[in-house]
Amino acid sequence: MSDTHAQSVAFVRETEIPPAPPPEAQSGAVRWMQQNLFSSVFNSILTVISFTFIAWLVINVYPWFANGIWQADSIRECRELLDGKTGACFAVLTERWNQLLFGFSYPVEGYWRPTTAFVLLLVSIAPVLARGRLPNAMFILTAIYPFLAYWLIWGGTIMTPVVALVGFVVGYMAYSRLVTRSFAMGAFGGTAAAIVTWYLGGFLVDAMPNFLALAEVPSRSMGGFMLNLILGTVCVSLSIPLGILLALGRQSNMPIVKGICVVFIEFIRGVPLITLLFVANVVLAYFLPPGTTFDLILRVIIMITMFSAAYIAEVVRGGLAALPRGQYEAADSLGLDYPQAMRLIILPQALKISIPGIVNVAVGLFKDTVLVSVISMFDTVGMIRGPIQQSTNWLGIYWELFGFAALLFFIVCYSISQYSQWLERQLQTDHR
Amino acid sequence: MTTVTDPETESFRFSMLFNDTRYRSLTFQFIALILLIVAMAYLGNNLLSNLAQAGLNISYDFLGAPAGYDINQRPIDYNSQSTHGRAAMVGLLNTLIVSGLACVTATVLGVFAGVMRLSPNWLVRKIMSVYVEIFRNVPVLIWILIIFFIMTAAMPAPRDFRGDDPSASMLFDMFAFTNRGVYIPKPIWGEGSMIVVGTFFASIIGVFLYRRYARTQLYQHGRLLPTLWPSLAIFFVPTILIYYLAGQPVTLQYPELSGFNFRGGITILGSLIALWFALAIYTGAFIAENVRAGILAIDKGQTEAAAALGLRPGRIMNLVVLPQALRVIIPPLISQYLNITKNSSLAIAVGYMDLTGTLGGITLLQTGRAIESILLLMLFYLTISLLISLFMNIYNNSMKLKER
Repeated sequence: MSDTHAQSVAFVRETEIPPAPPPEAQSGAVRWMQQNLFSSVFNSILTVISFTFIAWLVINVYPWFANGIWQADSIRECRELLDGKTGACFAVLTERWNQLLFGFSYPVEGYWRPTTAFVLLLVSIAPVLARGRLPNAMFILTAIYPFLAYWLIWGGTIMTPVVALVGFVVGYMAYSRLVTRSFAMGAFGGTAAAIVTWYLGGFLVDAMPNFLALAEVPSRSMGGFMLNLILGTVCVSLSIPLGILLALGRQSNMPIVKGICVVFIEFIRGVPLITLLFVANVVLAYFLPPGTTFDLILRVIIMITMFSAAYIAEVVRGGLAALPRGQYEAADSLGLDYPQAMRLIILPQALKISIPGIVNVAVGLFKDTVLVSVISMFDTVGMIRGPIQQSTNWLGIYWELFGFAALLFFIVCYSISQYSQWLERQLQTDHR
Repeated sequence: MTTVTDPETESFRFSMLFNDTRYRSLTFQFIALILLIVAMAYLGNNLLSNLAQAGLNISYDFLGAPAGYDINQRPIDYNSQSTHGRAAMVGLLNTLIVSGLACVTATVLGVFAGVMRLSPNWLVRKIMSVYVEIFRNVPVLIWILIIFFIMTAAMPAPRDFRGDDPSASMLFDMFAFTNRGVYIPKPIWGEGSMIVVGTFFASIIGVFLYRRYARTQLYQHGRLLPTLWPSLAIFFVPTILIYYLAGQPVTLQYPELSGFNFRGGITILGSLIALWFALAIYTGAFIAENVRAGILAIDKGQTEAAAALGLRPGRIMNLVVLPQALRVIIPPLISQYLNITKNSSLAIAVGYMDLTGTLGGITLLQTGRAIESILLLMLFYLTISLLISLFMNIYNNSMKLKER
């Protein structure tokens, strides 16, 4: 066939013609604008309104930024330098940045300690955030991070966190030895072993108070954005296990356990966080043995943890409820007992479903940590409203300070929510 | 050749309490109950001994004692001689006022922003995403403080309105924005104003009746009556007609400058506005996301099926998409209302006297009754929350897909 064809056809193209560019009106910026900005009369009006709005915003805000004064000692000097022009007085940030970030009584020579702790925080949660992409050895850092961070931020001898860590390790070893016989036995044995270790370790700590000691910083010196970060990380990480327990309790078919969990969750979710902070501030002391006093920061951590645990419990409950009934029945038919079924089959799937919800709770909780300023703790907002705005030098300065605080929170919360969206896409194992 | 063991001959051993599934849950519950009772007893015992040490007791008598402080926004009669109990009631009403206002505003804002985020217009979409992301990711307390600052420090003082060449002026001679609050005209209900109000409500009922009539006409006789213009006519015409026939009984009292402050009209406190707007804008961003998710949750096939049936775009939205989207949107919307109510307790940061400001603030400080006040405070909020959840459950049950 091809032979005959070769004679009858004078020319056969052997290469592909390069594609011709689309017509002028169908591509490029013009086409894009036509489609996205001026597709109809109504859309064109919307575009014009939006554009006017943006222009108005830029015209009003830009001079304020551009004329900003970065070096001055007080708001009066700022005003003199500005000489009647509109302009920001960012000098308050250059002068007081340390107070906004670390509070006003954290020792200046110790700023490296919370900073290191923060950097280590990022390093140590990296393997958790991006599982499977980083070497598993990094989980060791994650495991010892809480103890390391405590030592860095609060100071004191390194023996305190070391003993705490050893207690957990001993407890875990006892647990893993006994859990083969029964979960309850493992849990009790592990707890007992850990408590014994901590008790014995207490003598060791008392014996060498200066072993590798950093200067001790009392809790009331914590402040600024550091306090928000401490409260946020500590409370979120403590409330996740507590929330899972509460969710399991609420799902269980033991009426008393279920009742306790339901009442706890609904009570906490029904009241504003601020009332719980009032409890931490003024009421909690009444319920402790006479004569005991402990840190306000610790009391606040307890209350905020309870608060977020109730919310996380509801999220996890949603995850548990979303699992098909067959998963529970399959676990039963394999002969697994309740703890095994939960650990090996139910929770891994339920937690995966509830990750976005947990992240939402975490972001909300981190934002809510500014509420501690209401009970006169000096976190970011507390610092702004207290020492900085009340000082004679910076009386009457608002935008720069609140803008800075808003920026700090925005950066943290926005990155977490973007991460959560990325994770959701990663975890989508059902390919629809 | 299996042997069947008779359960009754099996003797009870202690270890069965932990290993036998028949008894284990009872054992655990018993332990939990004992632990709970012990914990309660321990805390209660501590409380009693602490109270005895401080010479205090638990008593709600203070609610009947004169409060001795002023409240700047009083929806019901209140003066400094009124009781602490009445102060708490004023606080409760103030909480409900600001929550109600914020809920309505947040819904309007949220639905608007949520629909606009799905707009085909790129610029509008981007602006709305920026709004949602900025307001969702910054604590509401910071927004409250920023708006409070605008309302107090950035607004002119009443004295700026004075003189021949004032540096500030009133809007339409009706609204005055000052650093002490916003002054708006106040309606004076003159004689015969009840007729106007009555007509107004009657015309609202009339609109509903007309719409029902139009629907029955459509369903039974297939006649499509116009609804928009007749509804508007029924709504406006009779009320305006009666208003002029009755000799304009409702007049407006404008705020006027006298001395160093405004007199007359209604004052809206700067703190109320700060709380109201901040809660509305903040929660509006969350509602926008809910609305967007709700609309996106409706399968594209629904829209296409409706279009295939020949419905026009407006009717597709009204008759097919929205009724289904609402089922997705309403539950999170109500929990946002719950959040607004709870977040309104941040009023204490700007000095708006809500429940937290009166009962949990000044009353607590003056009487020193911390436990009683905070318990009562929590009970109030708990009641509001439970009522809202109750409503939500009823709604969810009525909206549930009726499957056979």
